[in-house]
Amino acid sequence: MLPERFKSMFRGSGTAVAPGPFSHSRSGEKETQTVRQSRGLEQFFTYINDQVGLSILDLAGLTQDNINFVTDLGHKLYTQDFLRSLDDTFGQEHINGQAAQNRIASFLEQNLDFKENTFDGVLVWDVMQYLSPALLNATVERLHFITRPRSYLLAFFNADEKSLISPHTTFRIQSQSTLMLVQHGQRQQAQVFNNRSLEKLFGKFESVKFFLTREHLREVIVKR
Amino acid sequence: MSTTTPFKSPEIDSSRSSATIGKAVKIIGQIFSKEDLYVDGDVEGTIECQDNKLTIGPNGKLQAGVRAREVVVLGQIKGNVEANDRIDIRKDARLVGDIKTARIVIEDGAYFKGSIDIVKPDTAKAAAASQPGQTAGIQSVPKPPVPAGGPMATPVGAGPAEIKR
Repeated sequence: MLPERFKSMFRGSGTAVAPGPFSHSRSGEKETQTVRQSRGLEQFFTYINDQVGLSILDLAGLTQDNINFVTDLGHKLYTQDFLRSLDDTFGQEHINGQAAQNRIASFLEQNLDFKENTFDGVLVWDVMQYLSPALLNATVERLHFITRPRSYLLAFFNADEKSLISPHTTFRIQSQSTLMLVQHGQRQQAQVFNNRSLEKLFGKFESVKFFLTREHLREVIVKR
Repeated sequence: MSTTTPFKSPEIDSSRSSATIGKAVKIIGQIFSKEDLYVDGDVEGTIECQDNKLTIGPNGKLQAGVRAREVVVLGQIKGNVEANDRIDIRKDARLVGDIKTARIVIEDGAYFKGSIDIVKPDTAKAAAASQPGQTAGIQSVPKPPVPAGGPMATPVGAGPAEIKR
């Protein structure tokens, strides 16, 4: 039986007023912590388990737990606080402002400026659901460029297609199959996703594998 | 979840001597220190405290490559950091560059953009032992840290907190 606060994490806010992009806070707001199993995470690390010295990119910024876990496996970790950079770059314009091609190019140059075939794995977490279609497609294209063939991406999407509100969550790796989710506020998604739209989004990649959890969280493993 | 420790600025250890660069000071060039160094001003270039601790205070702004035994960051660094022992990145710190260290401690809220390469002490020793010229009585001169703007000249040994311009 799951505690109520846990269930509510991936259900959106229901009838609550939609928060703006900055409704989340990094300090001063009460955090909710939940530990859960993650099949997606388990698969991601199973694929790269027998290797060392890989380059892993984490798009959710710097987290002590994630640094410890990835570097203890003998890998090199690159971090990028994609959402903070998104807010810094597009500010109040948020989703509407993410359509201008020149700004998209500039944003990606600042945040994903890596050489071709640099990474063996990317921990995308739930970042993609906050990107406008134009920025999202350009980001996925860029991720395809900077990852090596046979590398993997781990991405999470709110599976509740009725809600554009999702908890603003930090994902902390506790073990190969366990995550701590730290929720601090909510954030407005740019769009909703289903399996079909995700297959289309990652059409350039070799395969897409879904894990639909009970908590309205769709975990996705994408193979380059 | 990471724990946070209140920071006393500057950290004073009476058993060790330390040098301070105040917040109204700007230095462009190379800094070599044989004692602990506290930087609360602006530095462009490189900083080396190979066997000592380097603390970047809350007002500190470095556009510099850094190499030290231990690095504590409360301010801003743009450049690569090598910390032989550990690097401690505090809550409001901002670091853009690549980190090479044995241990890293990061507080929630810190901003970091770059890569983290954990070099275990055993690995570092093994790598050092395999270096040519690293036999008994002969020590190779370590390469200086690379500043944000590119490589710099080989450092020349100096006294405590020597500043080159």
